Amino acid sequence: MTTASMPVEAESYNFAYLDEQTKRMLRRAILKALAVPGYQVPFASREMPMPYGWGTGGVQVSAACLVPEDRLKVIDQGADDTTNAVSIRKFFQRTAGVAVTEATTEASLIQTRHRIPETPLTEDQILVYQVPIPEPLRFLEPRETETRRMHALEEYGLMHVKLYEDIARHGEITNSYAWPVMAHDRYVMTPSPIPKFDNPKLSDSPAVQLFGAGREARIHALPPYTKVVSLDFEDHPFVASKADHECEICGSRESYLDEVITDDQGGRMFVCSDTDFCGSRSAALETERS
Amino acid sequence: MNAPVLPAPVTPSLAGGFAHPAHDAARAFRAAMQALARPGRIQQITGAMPPAPLSVAAGTLALVLMDQTTPVWLAPSHDSAALRAWLTFHTAAPFTTAEAAHFVIGSWEALTPVSRFATGTPDYPDRAATLIVEMPTLAASGTRLTGPGIQDSARLSLPENAAFQANHALYPLGFDTFLTAGDQIAGLPRSTRLEDI
Ligand SMILES: [Zn+2]
Repeated sequence: MTTASMPVEAESYNFAYLDEQTKRMLRRAILKALAVPGYQVPFASREMPMPYGWGTGGVQVSAACLVPEDRLKVIDQGADDTTNAVSIRKFFQRTAGVAVTEATTEASLIQTRHRIPETPLTEDQILVYQVPIPEPLRFLEPRETETRRMHALEEYGLMHVKLYEDIARHGEITNSYAWPVMAHDRYVMTPSPIPKFDNPKLSDSPAVQLFGAGREARIHALPPYTKVVSLDFEDHPFVASKADHECEICGSRESYLDEVITDDQGGRMFVCSDTDFCGSRSAALETERS
Repeated sequence: MNAPVLPAPVTPSLAGGFAHPAHDAARAFRAAMQALARPGRIQQITGAMPPAPLSVAAGTLALVLMDQTTPVWLAPSHDSAALRAWLTFHTAAPFTTAEAAHFVIGSWEALTPVSRFATGTPDYPDRAATLIVEMPTLAASGTRLTGPGIQDSARLSLPENAAFQANHALYPLGFDTFLTAGDQIAGLPRSTRLEDI
């Protein structure tokens, strides 16, 4: 709308793919989400040049946040080299001209599906989560008007009962994902399908954490240094569990492990899910030895 | 501030938009987001050159966030024909009443009483006003702040405490505030708790 005769405008107008009006709408939603940690702000989700399930919510949030000076990292279940991660990284390289990296320590904005990096985040970083189902109460109540009312009234008793029943029936499920949390002592929110192991990293993070759900068109957020508590029970306290092994590549006993099949004879091994963490650790060990 | 004497531009009310709209807006949003995500941390925000008395920070924030879907109210301190024309040209935001506004702009004195601004509804606490409060200066001193976005505590020079304490008491309802001075901006979301010094 301003100075339309300037030649630079044509190039930069659709910076990060989305038009300015759409980014304004997303940016307003992000600010309200940060003002009320854990509350899901509705937004008008746009068609993106990728199917739902490929992180269209995260992509829209990233598009609204990116600046030309950013260095972007994209991970899918901890790995930088999956089809999904590679295509999102290329998308923003092309549409926003941003630099990219696989190193957590070098990234200023990290878009993630299903993991929080092992390397602690800093105040100079933004973590954007791809969220398939933003409503933690949806499994109890399919009606949006009802779940909104439950959040408004802090009516979380039924949810606690259901979670308790699940634990009592199935025991502690070590590989459970999207374990609900309480944000800033007020809203129950989903951390997206990260493993329970990652839940403690949500709390008191120095980084800004933003959550985007494309199909359901919701954004929620955690400002830095926000108290986030995983839901649990006196007789079933929350445990940030992981496989009781060490990584067979880098030897880490602290990082979250994936069990991978190594051959068609049923051979298996445990390796870090965070490929950058594992690679950096292996390289450091290599240097020590030589 | 000393206003430099300049030759009158051809369209004085319409100059001062973003030189590079997408990039300027992106950088300015990041400053605004960090300001609101980290209450008490003062950020620099530039890009727009609005007509007086609007500050660079407030004008830039207006261009980042306002459009035809966001009714705005200018408090008497800022309700001038020049500023209305500038905002209309650059954002197309319609003007409305204090009670109906998504964004309000003014000095603290002119915005008071702030209890009239939208604070959202229990089902939709996001449907709350954003206040842009023009200040003579901003400093990381004064009222002690705690809450989301703040490690331990922070301090910020606020025009008063009682009104913000009353707003915080409505949480999760409440308006959210940006304080602007020159090219500086600070955020005060409804989640922030204030303590008198
Ligand atoms: Zn490893």
